[in-house]
Amino acid sequence: MTTTENQANPIGFGRMLRKEDARFLRGKGNYVDDLNLPGMLHGAVLRSPYAHARIKSIDISAAQAHPKVKAVITGEILETLNLAWIPSLSHDVVAVLATDKVRFQGQEVAFVVAEDRYSARDALELIEVDYEVLPPVVDAKKALDKDAPVIRDDIAGKVDNFIFDWESGDKAATDEVFANAAIVVNQDMLYPRVHPAPMETCGAVAYMDPIDQKLTIYSTTQAPHAHRTLYALVAGLPEHKLRVVSPDIGGGFGNKVGIYPGYVLAIVGSILTKRPVKWMEDRSENLMSTSFARDYHMKGSIAASADGKILGLRVDVLADHGAFNNTAQPTKFPAGFFHVFTGSYDLMAAHCSVRGVYTNKAPGGVAYACSFRVTEAVYLVERMVDRLAQELKMDPAELRMKNLLRPEQFPYTSPTGWEYDSGEYPRALRLAMDIAGYEELRKEQAQKRAKGELMGIGISFFTETVGAGPKRHMDILGLGMADGCEVRVHPTGKAVVRLSVQSQGQGHETTFAQIVSEVTGIPPEDIDVVHGDTDNTPFGLGTYGSRSTPVSGAAAAIAARRVVDKARIVASAMLECAPEDLEWEKGRFNIKGDKSVGKTMAEIALGAHGTVELPEGVEGHLNAECVYDPPNLTYPFGAYICVVDVDPATAKVSVRRFIAVDDCGPRINPMIVEGQVHGGLADGVGMALMEVIAFDEDGNNLGASFMDYLIPTSLECPSWETGATVTPSPHHPLGLKGVGESATVGSPPAVVNAVIDALAPYGVKHADMPLTPAQVWQAMQGAPYRTDLAIQ
Amino acid sequence: MQVPAPVEYERALSVDDAIERLTRLGPEARLVAGGHSLLPMMKLRLARPECLIDINGLADLSFIRRDGNVLRIGAMTRHSELLASQVISEVAKIIPDAEAVIADPIVRNRGTVGGSMCQADPAEDLSAVFAALDAMVEIRGPRGTRVVSVNGFHTGPYSTVVEPDEILTEVSFVTQKNLGSAYEKVERRVGDWAIAAAGAVIALQDGKIQRVGIGLAAVGAPDFRASRAEAYLLGKDATPDLFDEAARMASAECNPNSDQRGPSAYKRHLVEVLTRRALDGALSNSKGKAN
Repeated sequence: MTTTENQANPIGFGRMLRKEDARFLRGKGNYVDDLNLPGMLHGAVLRSPYAHARIKSIDISAAQAHPKVKAVITGEILETLNLAWIPSLSHDVVAVLATDKVRFQGQEVAFVVAEDRYSARDALELIEVDYEVLPPVVDAKKALDKDAPVIRDDIAGKVDNFIFDWESGDKAATDEVFANAAIVVNQDMLYPRVHPAPMETCGAVAYMDPIDQKLTIYSTTQAPHAHRTLYALVAGLPEHKLRVVSPDIGGGFGNKVGIYPGYVLAIVGSILTKRPVKWMEDRSENLMSTSFARDYHMKGSIAASADGKILGLRVDVLADHGAFNNTAQPTKFPAGFFHVFTGSYDLMAAHCSVRGVYTNKAPGGVAYACSFRVTEAVYLVERMVDRLAQELKMDPAELRMKNLLRPEQFPYTSPTGWEYDSGEYPRALRLAMDIAGYEELRKEQAQKRAKGELMGIGISFFTETVGAGPKRHMDILGLGMADGCEVRVHPTGKAVVRLSVQSQGQGHETTFAQIVSEVTGIPPEDIDVVHGDTDNTPFGLGTYGSRSTPVSGAAAAIAARRVVDKARIVASAMLECAPEDLEWEKGRFNIKGDKSVGKTMAEIALGAHGTVELPEGVEGHLNAECVYDPPNLTYPFGAYICVVDVDPATAKVSVRRFIAVDDCGPRINPMIVEGQVHGGLADGVGMALMEVIAFDEDGNNLGASFMDYLIPTSLECPSWETGATVTPSPHHPLGLKGVGESATVGSPPAVVNAVIDALAPYGVKHADMPLTPAQVWQAMQGAPYRTDLAIQ
Repeated sequence: MQVPAPVEYERALSVDDAIERLTRLGPEARLVAGGHSLLPMMKLRLARPECLIDINGLADLSFIRRDGNVLRIGAMTRHSELLASQVISEVAKIIPDAEAVIADPIVRNRGTVGGSMCQADPAEDLSAVFAALDAMVEIRGPRGTRVVSVNGFHTGPYSTVVEPDEILTEVSFVTQKNLGSAYEKVERRVGDWAIAAAGAVIALQDGKIQRVGIGLAAVGAPDFRASRAEAYLLGKDATPDLFDEAARMASAECNPNSDQRGPSAYKRHLVEVLTRRALDGALSNSKGKAN
């Protein structure tokens, strides 16, 4: 879309340029690594070269003797502060610095604080660690073998690598549906371990002011308020003496939800040295040690009638959680929202079981634009539907049309208990097919196949599950997932909006101004958005799981409505009439039936701060706030179609076209929505075709740099073709659903389905991502390999 | 941020000055040209030279020059300059074919011919290109100037005959009017090293193959070339069956490793496909010139 289509300054919703881009495009953003506090020191982390080893001894004396080193911290020292281990986000503990053993390659072993970054790094080489190397658990499928090494011997009585078993759905009913079904198709698949790989790596600057004992932590966090409370709870620090600031953030994608050892180490470093300490990880550290995503080994089964009515779905998952169970999801959901895996289809019964295991890999599994594992769920169901179409020899679009939920079924309660708020699925799929020219593409494919050329068309229909979440169901470590917003209108009619959510590039400074503008009629350019600083914003759980618009966006809308409600009272006082005699016209109140007599919001704001006599009990000024506890999740959806060409000789895949029709309810700013969709689609192409973190037999990370962990460039991406339908959420005050992760969730199965479709002449039924040229070639030979292990 | 170990830095004023500094500083000193391989290795502390001698100021090593029927390329010529050169694309299409898929524009703007050759990565495209072109390499040092063939230039992965006190100054090859060439590469993603790559150079005389070179990158081919396939082709009629057989021979004589770019069987398969395509491309390029 060209900028000429943007409105210079819409009132409320509409296409407009991002307010924050003025600084980002000029290189004037202010990121954590841009901070330089007076007297600031620099930290560096010594990491384990081994996946599994016992630490016999650590000698830090030479490092301490380095002339520029101010502190050297080991696990032993942290133990004296009771900080060697901290609680994970999933009822486990995480080592800040290893004390007994290292459990994954890249684990934190020691921390050096020095006068400059170079000296800190140099001093790492002066630390001598004596390791006794232990056999690692690399293959999740072998984690529960009787002879598997026990990774978590720090947990009393632990004799295996089992974490949890969890299930959802009705097993007996599902078994019965399968027993009576005409067709059952089984397919094993791996959603491999990938990494969020944000452009900005993780880091922090911590400063414990030795005079007033106030600790300020500038960090790369998607959830500053949650971090502040957790620091208070874990370290016993008084919360009013804690300030967490999340300045400009260069991408999050879930990578910046958790608290990393480096943040804690910067804090401890500052407490010990009484000076500010900066820690900023490098690219390899980010890829090796911070939260990965996915790593689900799934055994799927789908049952259907002979004419293609889907009857049942089941899946058994082996979840690789790495060395510590540190996935971030609501407390009651150890597999996140994976059990929404029945997707967009009307079926009779479903059942899923998930088993979590420890391996000698980095912990996490937080997110990566996954909406709490909806990504894995959508991949599973969309691959299973395509496998069914293959067995039925039925067009995959036709099969989907036949089984999609119908508009009259909403609100729809799924077999695993989710209540989908609204949807008009067939309309979205039909629109995507029309944009694609689906029937023509099938004809072209038939012609190409006759000539031995490989062309594939892949469809994915997804239902997202975002906006976590209702307090009665969802919390993280006991903190309810409600979010706050404060709106304050200044005397001259300009406004400031304070959010509990935080932007990592989503454009909140624009879209939240537009939300408040939509309700109050104040132009977005007159509304300043403040976020990311716990001293200056209301409490809330932060930005991830596409929750900002559905949760905080609702809080902003309601707070803005409260401002308008109060403005009505102020206006009535100014116009000497009853409030009910006034009529709202975006941005002003008029006397009913006479538009010539009224007051604008600016006039009302001045009145509210001035000498106008307000009714008894009405306070002055024009402010409001809201804490929003969402009544339900929102369910954005979309229909995606991918067209690929595969070179039959080299097995290289080219994505020729990608059509994405998204329905996220009304669009606050269509340009920003399209930008988020574009990014998610690129992500999807990356995961489908090239991204993976595999491990060799020694547990070495084989994706520890951008030479090895490939992310797509513009040359691997086609020119995206986007479309929209609008089905508002019935429970969000403005009908908004959120869109941040839709394209990442929905696009990988479309690409994979397209490639597998292209390979149909070779009888290929499935191959795991990433579909690199080598994997595609292996699939054509009938022998796709396991992408989570080293290629043999 | 990845930070290198402490390192000294000097700037060479001429080739002789660079050699003098190398001699004085010893084997722990390293020349830095484009720096796109050396500096990342230093940041990862896989390379820890005590001193860098910067040769970016040596403008006299930056040239693309016709010298009779020999084309000479100075060691400091940037990849982007090769890619943009009209002379090069007329004489040896294999070079722009390869350069277009070497790394990315940022690396090509800075990286140099000499740096690529001396870095001697087993997947270096230019090593395969110059193997196919039967190039000669000029090396200068305290013991004088020597010119060696690309055959035998590499002594192993990341290792060449250039001694620690020497500097590669020029790569040259013999041109001829009807010389056709082409380069084919498969990579996981643009900018990645090759999974496998093949380049071919061909010239016909009276319908027979009078000159041929086949270069292979990333597949463990000795001297980056398929010499048995070359020998098989020489003096024969350029027919599709002949090319098929040569491609099979090239595939058989390389020795790829399995790694995350693919299993060795796939790489061998690629060598056959790409050699065949490169030979076709080179023949077609040659015929275009003859007309």
